[in-house]
Amino acid sequence: MAHPLLEVSELSRSFGGICAVNSLSFRIEAGGITGLIGPNGAGKTTVFNLITAVYRPSSGAILLDGHDLAGKRPYEVVRAGVARTFQNIRLFGRLTCLENVMTPICARGAHGRFAALFRTPSVRNEERRARESALSTLDALGISDTANLIASTLPYGLQRKLEIARALACNPRLLLLDEPAAGMNDAEMSELGDTIVRVRQNFDVTIILIEHHIKLVMGICTNLVVMERGALLAEGKPNDIQNDERVVAAYLGRPRASGGKKRHV
Amino acid sequence: MDYLLNIVMLAGINMIAVLGVAVFTGFTGLFSLGHAAFVGIGAYTSGVLTYHWNAPFFLAILAGMAVTGVSSLIIGIPTLRANLRSDYFAITILGFGEALRVSLENLSITNGARGLSLDELSHPAWVFGALAVSVLLTRNFLKSRFGAMFMAVREDPVAAEMAGINLFRTRLLSLVVSAVLCGLSGALLAHRLAFIQPVMFTMTQSTQLLATVIAGGMGSMSGPLIVSFIFTSMPEALRWLNMWRLPAYGLLLVLIMIYRPQGLLGYREVPSLLRGGLEKWRIRFSR
Repeated sequence: MAHPLLEVSELSRSFGGICAVNSLSFRIEAGGITGLIGPNGAGKTTVFNLITAVYRPSSGAILLDGHDLAGKRPYEVVRAGVARTFQNIRLFGRLTCLENVMTPICARGAHGRFAALFRTPSVRNEERRARESALSTLDALGISDTANLIASTLPYGLQRKLEIARALACNPRLLLLDEPAAGMNDAEMSELGDTIVRVRQNFDVTIILIEHHIKLVMGICTNLVVMERGALLAEGKPNDIQNDERVVAAYLGRPRASGGKKRHV
Repeated sequence: MDYLLNIVMLAGINMIAVLGVAVFTGFTGLFSLGHAAFVGIGAYTSGVLTYHWNAPFFLAILAGMAVTGVSSLIIGIPTLRANLRSDYFAITILGFGEALRVSLENLSITNGARGLSLDELSHPAWVFGALAVSVLLTRNFLKSRFGAMFMAVREDPVAAEMAGINLFRTRLLSLVVSAVLCGLSGALLAHRLAFIQPVMFTMTQSTQLLATVIAGGMGSMSGPLIVSFIFTSMPEALRWLNMWRLPAYGLLLVLIMIYRPQGLLGYREVPSLLRGGLEKWRIRFSR
C-alpha cells in the first residue's frame, strides 16, 4: 500500500491547560502545495513545531512516508526529509547568504574531523561542491547576486527567500513554509507565489504553507487544511473550502439572524 | 633580551589558550567561566609526568592534551545535552574549576598548595612551533564544515537544528577542541614558568581568557590573538604603574566595551579586513 507523504493522526498537544492542537488528523499526498489556514491562534505553527519535533506531541502520531517520527530530534527529522522556515525569520544573521545556504550541506557533509584539521584535498573538494550546490539553490530562487552579502543586511523579502533557499538545501521531501508572505505587499506576494510554485516543480518537494493572505493561498495551493482552535475544521480543494459555511463562519463569525453588522476581517 | 623573549613566549602560550576559548565562545557562542581549569589540567598532567616519572616532554604534552580532552567530555556530555540552555555548562564548569583547585591543593602527587617545581623544558622552538601549528590547524578546522556548523549554532541554535545540525555533538566537539588547546597551553606554561601552583588556574584566569576573547572580537581568530598578546605584555609594560596595573587593565576593557562593543575584530579576520578595506576604497573611487 502506498503511504501518503505525511500522515498526521489524532495529534494533540497541550501547554498547561491550553490545548493548542486537539486530535488533529490529515494526510498530505506527495506533490502538491497544501495551505494550512485558520484564524490566529488556531494552532497552525504548533503543528509545524510538532512535525519538526521542536515540540513533542502529547498524543498522536506523525508519519512521514509511513515512518513514525516519534522520538526523533529535530535534526533527525530534517535528515528524514522535512525542512522548514520560521514565522519570525531565523537566519544566521552574521553569516553571508551563501554560508547560510551552505550550512545544511555542511551538516550532512562527509569529511571527518581529522581531515578537517589538515584541510585535505577531499575537504576542499567537498567544500567546492557545497559552494556550487548552494549557489545553484540561491540561483533557483533568483537571489544568487546576494551570495556574499551578510544575511541580516538583506531587505525583508529577500530574507524570506533566503530562508526558503536554506530549507531547500536540506534536500527535503516535505517543505514547511510558515507565513512566507507575512509583511509583503501585493506585488512581492505574487512574485513569491510564482517562486513557490517554481520551487515545488524544480526541487520536487511537497509543500505545506501556513498563510493568512487568502489571495496567495487561493492562487497557488492545490489543497487546503483549515484549522480552528486546534482541531480540523475542513479539508479539500480551495474552491470548495472558499464556499464552506463553517470556514466562512470561523473567519467572519456566524451571520446573525437579522440585521447584524457585518464584521470585517 | 631574555626578558623580552620571556614575555613574548608567555604571550605565545597564552595565545594558544585564548585560541581555544575563541573557538568555544567566539565561534560556537557558548560561555565558560572555567577554561582555566583545562589549562590547569594540561599543566598538572604534563607536570606530574615529567616531575615524577621523567617522561619525555613531547609525551607529557600529548598526555596533558589527552587528559584535558577527556575531562572536557566528562563535563560536557551531561551539561551540553540541554539543547537550548547553555547556562548549565557555564555553571558546572565554574564549580568544576573550584573543585579542581581544591583537589590539586590536597593531593600528594601534585605536591598540594606548595606547587610543583619543574624543569624549564618549554624552549622557544616548542612554544612558537606549538603556537604556529595550533593557529594553522584551528584555522583549517574553522574553515571546514565543522567551523560552519559552530557558527550556525552560535547564530541561531533553533535554526541550526532545523538545518540538520546535531546541537549536542557540535557543541561537544567545540568544547573538546577548545579544551585540548587549553591543555596544550597549560603543558607549555608549566614547563615555561618551571613552577605550577593550584591558584594559578582559578576563575580569575578564566575570566581573563574570556575577557580577551570578547575584547578581541567574537567570531574572530586574529582579534583575540592580537588582544591576548597585548594583554599578556601590557602588565609588563605597565609595571611602573605598580598596583594600578589591574585597574588600568580593567579600564582598558571598559573602554573597549564602550567604543568597540563588537571587540577589536568582531566577526572579522585581519586578512579579510585588509581585502575588505581595499575593496571599499576601490568602490568609493570608482563611483
